[in-house]
Amino acid sequence: MNLSLSDEQVFLRDAARGALSRFDTLEAARTGLEDAATLPDLWPTAVEAGWPGMLIPEDAGGAGLAPFDAMLVAEEIGRALAGVPFLGVLPATVLLAAGGDDRLAAVAGGQTRVAYVPARPPGDLDEPEWTTDAAGGGRGPAFQAGGAEGALALSGRAAYVPDAHGAELLVVIAVDERGEPVAAVVEAGASGVAVEHVQRYDATRSLAHVTLEGAPARPLSCSTEDMGRAWHLAQALIAAEAVGTVAAAHEMMLAYAKERFTFGRAIGSYQAVKHEIVEVLRQLENARSLLFYAGWAGERRPEEFALAASAARTSAGGALDMAARANINVHGGIGATWEHDAPLYFRRAQVTRRLVGGHGDAADRVAGELLLVADAAQG
Amino acid sequence: MDLDDSPEQAQYRATVRSWIEQHRSSAPPARGDAEDAAYIERRRTWQREMAEEGLVGVTWPKEFGGQGRGPLEQVIVNQELNAADAPGVIDVIGIGLMGPCIIAHGSEEQKSRYLAPMLHADEVWCQLFSEPGAGSDLAAVQTRAVKQEDGNWALTGQKVWTTNAQFSAYGMCLARTDADVPKHKGLTMFIVPMDAEGVSTHGLRQVSGEAEFNEVFLDGVVVGGDEMVVGGVGNGWMTALTVLMFERVMIGLSAEGFGYSADRFAPALAAVPHARTDKEVRKRFGQLSAELLAIRFAGFRALSALENGQIPGPEAGLSKITTVNAAIAAGELLADVLGPDALDESGEWAYMISFLPGLKSAGGTEAILRNTVGERVLGLPPEPRLDKGIPFAELRAKEKQAVAS
Ligand SMILES: Cc1cc2nc3c(=O)[nH]c(=O)nc-3n(C[C@H](O)[C@H](O)[C@H](O)COP(=O)(O)OP(=O)(O)OC[C@H]3O[C@@H](n4cnc5c(N)ncnc54)[C@H](O)[C@@H]3O)c2cc1C
Repeated sequence: MNLSLSDEQVFLRDAARGALSRFDTLEAARTGLEDAATLPDLWPTAVEAGWPGMLIPEDAGGAGLAPFDAMLVAEEIGRALAGVPFLGVLPATVLLAAGGDDRLAAVAGGQTRVAYVPARPPGDLDEPEWTTDAAGGGRGPAFQAGGAEGALALSGRAAYVPDAHGAELLVVIAVDERGEPVAAVVEAGASGVAVEHVQRYDATRSLAHVTLEGAPARPLSCSTEDMGRAWHLAQALIAAEAVGTVAAAHEMMLAYAKERFTFGRAIGSYQAVKHEIVEVLRQLENARSLLFYAGWAGERRPEEFALAASAARTSAGGALDMAARANINVHGGIGATWEHDAPLYFRRAQVTRRLVGGHGDAADRVAGELLLVADAAQG
Repeated sequence: MDLDDSPEQAQYRATVRSWIEQHRSSAPPARGDAEDAAYIERRRTWQREMAEEGLVGVTWPKEFGGQGRGPLEQVIVNQELNAADAPGVIDVIGIGLMGPCIIAHGSEEQKSRYLAPMLHADEVWCQLFSEPGAGSDLAAVQTRAVKQEDGNWALTGQKVWTTNAQFSAYGMCLARTDADVPKHKGLTMFIVPMDAEGVSTHGLRQVSGEAEFNEVFLDGVVVGGDEMVVGGVGNGWMTALTVLMFERVMIGLSAEGFGYSADRFAPALAAVPHARTDKEVRKRFGQLSAELLAIRFAGFRALSALENGQIPGPEAGLSKITTVNAAIAAGELLADVLGPDALDESGEWAYMISFLPGLKSAGGTEAILRNTVGERVLGLPPEPRLDKGIPFAELRAKEKQAVAS
C-alpha cells in the first residue's frame, strides 16, 4: 500500500501552485464581481502548464496522466480561487480521446479549446433517462440527437455549463430517438448554437447556458460508460477544487484564531471557536481521504468510480459549505465585509454547491450505488 | 498510488484466508453475551488457536511472540476475519493497548513474563484507569499506592467503567504514589493481579442491559514490589499517555471491526421498498456512507504513512469522532425506516444503537478529542487551567470547597 504522492505528482502540484501564484487571484475574485473585464485570462497559463492535455494519451499528443493527477491541479485551482478553464475542459478531453477525435493534438496543445456540456447519467431509480441542469434550477431533458442519415443534428438546452464560454468545440451528451446516449462534437460557431455567458455570484466561475437548435454535430464513438465517466470525473474535480478551497479557508481562520484576542485570551483558546475549527479540519481530512478513493477507483476500479467520486463530492461539498461559513464566523464583523477575503470563499461555496447536478444529487448517488451493490449481493 | 496487495501481501492474505476457512466452523459467533462464561471461554480458545497460527500480535516483535510484521498485515488479518464474519481476539485491551504499552515501557522481566500468556488469552487484561472522580481529567485519579516496609506496594481505591474486568487476569492500574506534588507528577502505573486479595469486581449494566464493564474496588491490595511497576515510579502519566494514544487510534481505525460499514447497512435498506425510493432516506444514507467510506481511506492513509516510516496525520485521531457519529446516524436511520422493530433487543440493530452513546465517551470523549486535536495538531492555545502547579492534595481541598459554597 502506498498513498503518498510520487515525485512527479509533487512536482505537478507545486508547479500548479507556482503558476497560479503569479496572479493575485483573490483580488481578481473580488474586483471581477464588479467588473468582469478585470479578471485575468488564465487560459494561457493552463496551456503553458499542459493542463488541457493532461488526460489525453501520450500517443495522441497529451501527457497520459490519471484522474488523480488532474485532481491535484484542481485542488490548487480551488485553493487560489482561480478562474481557470479546467473543470469544464478535462471531461471533454476524456470523451474526445475515447472517441478518437482527429483534433486531439490541437486540443492537447491548447490551440483548440473544448468544453464538456454535461448530461447526468441515470441512477438506480431513474428511468433510463439522461438529464441536464435546467435554467432556474432542477433537471431538464438531455439534448435530442436527430437529423437525416449521416447528418447528426442536436437540439436542446443545458444551463450553468462551466467553461463553455470561449470554447471552440462543445462536447455534448445527447440522446437519440430510442433514448440511447450519444456523444457528439459541436462547433461553437456553427449555426443553431447559442452560448450565453452567465455570471452568478462568483466571478471565478465562468458559466454559460448552451442552447442548440438543430446544430450540426459530429458523433464520437464513445461508450455509455465513457459518458458516465465524464460526469463522474467532473464530480471528482469539483470535490478536489473544494478540498483546496477548504484548506485555504482553514489556514485563514486558524491564523486569525491565534492572533485575535478577546477578554485577554486568543479566541482560539475558547472551545466554541476551537471546536469549530477542528470540525473544519475533520471534514477536510475526510474529504481528502475520499479524493484518494476517487483517484484510486478512477485508475484501478472503474466500476467503483461513480460511488467514489460521488462520495468525494458529498464530503468535500459539505466541508466547503461548513468551512466557508465558519471562516466568516471566526472573523466576526470584519469577516462579513466586502473588502475581506472570507466572503470570496463563501461565494465560491454558494455556486459550487449548485453546479453539475448539485451537491444533493451526489449524496443520492452514493446511496443508489450502494443499494445496487446490495441488490447484486442478494442475487 | 497503490492499494493492492504486493505479491508477498497477497500470499500472506491467501494463507490467512485458508486458515480461517478451515477453522471457521469451530469459531464462536462474532457477537455474544459478555457475562456468559461459556461464550467467553470459546472466545479465549479461538484467540489461542489464532495465536498458535501467528494471527495475534502480528505487529509485535518476534522476540515477544509476535510476527514482526507491518501494520498492513494486521489489517489483512482483520479484513479476512471480518469477511468471514469470524470474531477477532477477545482481549482487545491487552493485545491493542497493554501489550504495546509493556513493549514500550516494560522491563525485560515483564515482557518475558506477561506477553506470551496475553497473546494466547491465557491471561486477559483490563484497563484500570477511570475512577468516579477521574475520567477526562484522568490525572486526577485518587487510588493510592503506598510502599510498605517490606518493599511491596499496597493499592486502595475505586476504578469504574472497566471493560472485561470480569474475566481478566491482570489490570493495568494508574495510581497515585505522591499527593504532595502537582497531579500529573505523582502517578505510577501498576500491574494488578485481579485475583489478589482485596480486589472485588462488580458488573455495571449498560444501556443495552448487558454488563461489559465493571467497577473494581481495591482494598489494600498488595500487588508486589517494583517488579509490578511499569515505566518507573512517578512516570505513570507518560505511560498512560502511550496507552491513550494506542486507544484512540485503535477505536478510530476499527469502524469495520465494530461492523460500522456502509456495505453492512445497505442490504437492510435495500430490502425495504419504501426506503429505497424515499429521497430523505437516500440523502441521509448517502451522507453517512460517505463518512464511513472516508474512514476506510483515512485508515489506508494512516497505514501508508506507517509503512513509509511516517507518523499518521490528524485524520487518524479525528476518525474516532467520525466513526461514532456516522454509526449513530446509521442507527437512527435504520430505526426510522424499520420502526420500533429495529429496537427489538433480540434483533440485529438494538445492541448497536444502545452501545454507541457510550462509545462516544469511551477512549476519550468527543469534546476532549477536539481539544486535543485543536491544541496538539493545530497549535491553538489551551484554556486557562486552575490546576497547574498545585499539589494534588491542595487541589482536592479547593474543589471540595468550591462545590460546597
Ligand atoms: C463503553 C465504555 C467503556 C469504557 N471502558 C473503560 C475501560 O476499560 N477502562 C477505563 O479506564 N475507562 C473506561 N471507560 C471510561 C472512559 O474512558 C471515560 O468515560 C471517559 O474518559 C470520560 O470520563 P468520565 O466518564 O469521567 O466523564 P467526565 O470526564 O466527567 O466528562 C463529562 C462530560 O464533560 C465533558 N468535559 C469534561 N472535561 C471537559 C473539558 N475540559 N472540555 C470540554 N468538555 C469537557 C466531557 O466531554 C463529557 O461530556 C469506558 C467508558 C465507556 C463508555
